[in-house]
Amino acid sequence: MPFIPHTPEDAAAMLERIGVKHLDDLFADIPTSMRPQSFALPEGLAEHEVMARLCNLSADNAHGLISFLGGGVYDHAVSSAVDALSSRGEFSTAYTPYQPEAAQGTLQAIFEYQTAVCRLLEMDVANASVYDGGSAVFEAAMMGVRATKRSRIIVDESLNPLYRIMLATLSANLDVSITVVPHAGGSPDMAALEASLDGDAAVLVVQNPTFFGTAHDFTPLFAKTRAKGTKTAIAVNPVMQSLLKTPGEMGADVAVAEGQSIGMPVGFGGPYLGIMACTKDMVRQMPGRIAGRTEDLDGRIGYVLTLQAREQHIRRAKATSNICSNQALCALRSVIHLSLLGPEGLTRTAELSMQRAREAAAALTSLPGVSMYTDAPYSHEFAVTLPRPASEIAGALLRENIVAGLPIARWYPDLDKVLLVACTEKTASAHISRLTSAMGRILTTRERGPQ
Amino acid sequence: MKTVFAKSVPGRTGVLPPSPEQSVSDMLPADLLRRKRPALPELSELDVVRHYSLLSHRNFSVDTNFYPLGSCTMKYNPKFCETASALPGFAHTHPLLPQIEGGEPFAAGCLKAVWECERLLREVTGMHAFTMQPMAGAQGELTGILLIAAYHRAKGNKKTKVICPDSAHGTNPATAALAGYEVVNIASQNGMIDPDALAAVLDDSVAALMMTCPNTLGLFEAHLPLIVEKLRAADALLYYDGANFNAIMGRMRTGDAGFDVVHLNLHKTMGTPHGGGGPGAGPVGVAERLAPFLPGPRVVKNSDGSFGLNHDLPHSIGKIAPFYGNFAIVIRALAYMLRLGGNGLARATSYAVLNANYMRARLRDHLEIPYDRACMHEFVASASALDTYGVHALDLAKALLDKGFHAPTIYFPLIVKECLMFEPTETESKETLDAFCDELIAIVERAKKNPREILDAPLTLPVRRLDETRAARNMVLTEA
Repeated sequence: MPFIPHTPEDAAAMLERIGVKHLDDLFADIPTSMRPQSFALPEGLAEHEVMARLCNLSADNAHGLISFLGGGVYDHAVSSAVDALSSRGEFSTAYTPYQPEAAQGTLQAIFEYQTAVCRLLEMDVANASVYDGGSAVFEAAMMGVRATKRSRIIVDESLNPLYRIMLATLSANLDVSITVVPHAGGSPDMAALEASLDGDAAVLVVQNPTFFGTAHDFTPLFAKTRAKGTKTAIAVNPVMQSLLKTPGEMGADVAVAEGQSIGMPVGFGGPYLGIMACTKDMVRQMPGRIAGRTEDLDGRIGYVLTLQAREQHIRRAKATSNICSNQALCALRSVIHLSLLGPEGLTRTAELSMQRAREAAAALTSLPGVSMYTDAPYSHEFAVTLPRPASEIAGALLRENIVAGLPIARWYPDLDKVLLVACTEKTASAHISRLTSAMGRILTTRERGPQ
Repeated sequence: MKTVFAKSVPGRTGVLPPSPEQSVSDMLPADLLRRKRPALPELSELDVVRHYSLLSHRNFSVDTNFYPLGSCTMKYNPKFCETASALPGFAHTHPLLPQIEGGEPFAAGCLKAVWECERLLREVTGMHAFTMQPMAGAQGELTGILLIAAYHRAKGNKKTKVICPDSAHGTNPATAALAGYEVVNIASQNGMIDPDALAAVLDDSVAALMMTCPNTLGLFEAHLPLIVEKLRAADALLYYDGANFNAIMGRMRTGDAGFDVVHLNLHKTMGTPHGGGGPGAGPVGVAERLAPFLPGPRVVKNSDGSFGLNHDLPHSIGKIAPFYGNFAIVIRALAYMLRLGGNGLARATSYAVLNANYMRARLRDHLEIPYDRACMHEFVASASALDTYGVHALDLAKALLDKGFHAPTIYFPLIVKECLMFEPTETESKETLDAFCDELIAIVERAKKNPREILDAPLTLPVRRLDETRAARNMVLTEA
């Protein structure tokens, strides 16, 4: 019996001790009318048979693609040391550290993660993480709503559209409204965002770099926002944050990030890491777990989960959030990843990614009819306008095993010719050449269709 | 132990990418750049490996210790599931690839894996459809309540309340509040939902009842058929919190029993690891009438046998996760279900219930068991008889840690004083259960003779009891 250690003798002795004859007797409380009408699951398989099935499924995905796909999820290099350490059973099979004396490993790792996040974002306090970047955006908006006791959420349209959809979904039944301020050619419309703050806005949510890859300084806008009593929340990229102006420098109240790019594979969507940090003033509005340093009875340093009075297991219906878990193992991966790279390694990763993006942008815009969608400064991802629908060009390139980037018309229907192209330090010059020559060929030889 | 920051030496690096040809100041204007570099740790790869290996030694885990944590289902996490989840085709497929026109075949294996997992969970639960998007149990709860709200909205029902029994997990009322509902608590009677108490609050304004079954006392809700009937009559939906699903696999299916929505915790029932607090996965299954509202895109099997995504979902609540949920956790659960098969899953439940009842039988003469009858996969005891010695549930928990056993869940559910909640799971042997019970019984005896010994515990762990008040007051939340 896989994973069940009982010998027949064990089971018999245990049943006798309980005082019943048969295992089924223990289920007598389930009314007959509630018994399953079917349970037609397949027979169990041997481990090697399961692995063969899953290896086949894994192999059913394309491999060896040249990819410029980003859109919030980036393929950066991750050291084997991250996998080896995070897969240690002492970390991966531990429970939530509610018994701190038996969980100092997890707790100290969370404390170190919080420290790394605060140093990277230049914020005062970080929590132990939430599910992903999108849920972090939602929670950040709710922090602003609670702190101001106002209900209007202002969102820049160049915030990742997936996060905007999640924000709308998760807040659908709450007493809040969302105002989306249209982007101005791939950049936040600073004047329109300012104009939207008419005295009842709870929180302003922006992103840097934006979904279009453009980089901005929100300092002036945040100052004006603060003057209206509105809180500010900014979503950032943790790799690019090693170079870009920080949320702290800009005066943000809450900073969030999708942490996938610091230590997680693209992994078909998860698990990822929702990074959340805020100013000291906002800490009691912060959802989720927070580790804190304290002392034991003998004065030794130790770590505990703290400020738990905000959480659902204490506050129930009055909690700051219903969040019960964090992405502890992903947070662990990210702090290991950041420790391996250090400041020099992380800034090099960001600079190399930006450099490759410039190389790719120059190559693509040398093609006839291809131009930058915006001339705003950008980081490691940029938008180009193609002479024909981006999904058509991207589809043709896919057939040559090249993922040219992300056509964005699904979320920005009027931008059907715009392609979002991402580079990382893993992007090779040879990849850029292949993309450029293949796209050039496709653009010059119109596909043969019905005449 | 020093933090990784305290071990940092300026100029040292573990992993160093090549030197860029361009510096950032050549690429971006200065007003967009940060002033100083982030003070991240500077260590060699070996330093980092040693630091985190040593930190790992300061943890209890299922791999090293017995964890009888009630409502947490700390069963063994099979190793092949880890290997399967890290296969390159799963790890390196970008989630937006199948959302590019013509991209679906490039992610066919991942799409099929999601579809397969949904299919198996449908059969395990008897629900009509599943979404794998929710990234944790609490997020599954929120998804479920949002689906319920969407259903009522579509029908034009004006519903404002969600009922939670007093034995419910804290996430239930927190979730209902987060979905905009007023939470109505009902008191249990004899450890069960009291149909009269339910009838007293059940009217047209009730959207749903959130039920954990068996409940957090480990008892099967005896009045379930009656409750289903009453809710139907009020057009209120029945929500199943899957925290305790390990108690009913193969013995009851939520779909057949009349539940409208169920979330499962794959990190409990389907053997995926808890990760020190996450990531988990909280997929949600629904009855047919709720299926149109599921989040999108939905993974579909096309008539030619290929797999794709359906984005055309006019009634969908939207997105709960950016993509398809915690996919690597879904793969682990799929591997687990394929390995066990239907018989194996049902057997897991049978032996989980056997183990819980055996522990209850072994402890009943030494600790008060408030509901001393056949339990399901978990049961509760009370330490209130030790009050006179100044010893509390927390102290018993700490004394167990000293003996290498993780503590049971304590002070939950809230309706039992000095509560200890035990869930041994099916993967523990009789020897382990006996050793644990022997130790706990000895601790209870010591508490009566020499309470000081118990109050001083733990003494053998990296730290003794920690000052939580000081932590909350001083708020040292990062390394200076």
